[in-house]
Amino acid sequence: MKGQAGDYLILDQATGRYREDPEQVVRDDVEKHYWLHVGRTMLKDWRLYVMLVPTLLVFLFWRYMPMYELLGSFKVNDVVKPVADQYFMGFSNFKALLLGTGTSARLATEFWRAMRNTFLLSFYGLLFGFPMPIILALFFNEVKSDLLRSGMQVFTYLPKFMSTVVMTSLVIMLIRQGSPATGAPPGIISRALAGLGLITQETAQNGLLNNPAYFRAIYQISGIWETAGYDSIVFFAAIIAISPTSYEAAQIDGAGKWAQMRYVVLPSILSTIVIMLITRIGSMLSIGYEKVLLLNEENNAIYQTSEVISTFAWRIKTTQDQSGMASAAEMMNNVVGMLLVIGANTIARKASNVSLY
Amino acid sequence: MKRKLEISELVFKVIAYTFLTVFALLCLYPFLYAISASISGRHAVEYQELILFPKNIQFEAFRDMFGNNQFWNAYSNTLFLTIYGTIWSLVIAILGGYALSKKRLLFRKGFNFFLVFTMWFSAGIVPQYLNYLATKSVFNSVGIMDDKWLVVIAMGMAAMNTILLRNAFENVPSEIEEAAIVDGASEFQVLTKVHIPMSKSTIATVALFFAISRWNGYFWARQMISNNNEQPLQVFIRNQLEQYTDLEQLASWTKDYAADSVIFALIVCSIIPILIIYPFIQKYFAKGTNAGGVKE
Repeated sequence: MKGQAGDYLILDQATGRYREDPEQVVRDDVEKHYWLHVGRTMLKDWRLYVMLVPTLLVFLFWRYMPMYELLGSFKVNDVVKPVADQYFMGFSNFKALLLGTGTSARLATEFWRAMRNTFLLSFYGLLFGFPMPIILALFFNEVKSDLLRSGMQVFTYLPKFMSTVVMTSLVIMLIRQGSPATGAPPGIISRALAGLGLITQETAQNGLLNNPAYFRAIYQISGIWETAGYDSIVFFAAIIAISPTSYEAAQIDGAGKWAQMRYVVLPSILSTIVIMLITRIGSMLSIGYEKVLLLNEENNAIYQTSEVISTFAWRIKTTQDQSGMASAAEMMNNVVGMLLVIGANTIARKASNVSLY
Repeated sequence: MKRKLEISELVFKVIAYTFLTVFALLCLYPFLYAISASISGRHAVEYQELILFPKNIQFEAFRDMFGNNQFWNAYSNTLFLTIYGTIWSLVIAILGGYALSKKRLLFRKGFNFFLVFTMWFSAGIVPQYLNYLATKSVFNSVGIMDDKWLVVIAMGMAAMNTILLRNAFENVPSEIEEAAIVDGASEFQVLTKVHIPMSKSTIATVALFFAISRWNGYFWARQMISNNNEQPLQVFIRNQLEQYTDLEQLASWTKDYAADSVIFALIVCSIIPILIIYPFIQKYFAKGTNAGGVKE
């Protein structure tokens, strides 16, 4: 289209004459000398780019460089050489983990066990951990005294601010095993549970954390204790945003408390619930390794339920120096995790016109 | 009709109050128990005689801990990591967030994606460990021998916090910024005189996120700091826990208080600073969660 005089001429409203369109000239120039133009614009705002540099460097060095280390999963496992100098060996690490050929049969079993544990811990977290903050928020809304409500809220947020170390230390101390030598009874929570008949005296005495059957429950319950109160903030904010007239209208129509819940409150917070649910599904595979490691460090007895992919990778790296295998395990975990995030985000965008990222 | 309404409302209220009271008390109980156990006598703690209130009160566990140099060492290391770590992360996040909030930044979408991608995909702990090891050797070769600086500089950056700041800066009205530019403000002055004062509460929130995660940091400090005297409080607590819950250790325990009291006293000491500032920071956390919805 270029070269035609008409493209450049516009009618000047003030004089009633045709003149060259300055914007078109600039546009044309930009097209011709794109990179020169980019350079000039950047130079004009150079301070802005200088401000961005530290962020870019930090993320490059300590977020993207580790991804480069993941290439080790395709390479011969040689501890002495850096990743770049090692030989490519294709997908054999992945094959070994997934199919367990030859010498790696044991590793493959452990890998699948860890995969299963990762999924189950996330799934139970979704099943039991997700509804809890919503229930709390609904109930908080019933407490009309501001002082009482904020008092309760402060208590329930509190565990969120404890470090994982303090949280797991408390758990370990409160359900610790008894000592047969001195006759000391087990931890107070174990004794309470045994008193209620939920576990046997013997189980309590041997320590709940030494019993693989209880790891998942301990993980979920401590998780709810830690985060439910804090997570209820989002839902509570959505509930108090509901206009009082909606309730009044429902009451005039004869709606009881349950009907109000169903037809006023739930529809109003549904979009928040959907978004939070989708976020949760998106982060399903990123089980916090710190908590798992702290709850079962060195405790072989409960690996069968407690070991997740990241701690499995950490173990085979630190005890067997299998960096390649460890990277391959994490790579698979993270790729599936990323697909879940992207999938969840796409669904969120379609369902509610809200994109999370 | 009126009667039915009242009954359903009453039932719901009773359930709500009961549930919330029980849940709030359960949330609080482990902390109260920790305080009681840290000041109870040896027999009462070892034989699990206390339920809520302390028995045979002693303060020796605390006294011995306060007399322990290692404890103060760990505490000061944590303060070091928290203060320098928060400043470092916050300055970088403010500068980056400001640049990203400007529409005239070329390749803005690309830069945003560069950050957001790290929220989708993380390499995992083993590659990260290898990366930190490499960083450590680079730091050592340029003369930074103190591993605490490695923890301060290399760790704790979160894309989420930069994005929270970017969103806050985007909401600063452009008229005010233009007025400042007309008055001759430089880019840096626009940031410090306009954007930072106008986004105080978001900055406070982000600073608190950084500070809490630094204060609570454990795993990487334990892996990367080779000198035991440089370890932060969380690592110290965990080491003590591993040492004292060992049943064989207990047999040779000769103090007047239980070994468990030491752990509980440590836990209390680690959460007291958070409890003190908690009432003041609580509202910022509530705000931060609500601002969490990210858009691009």
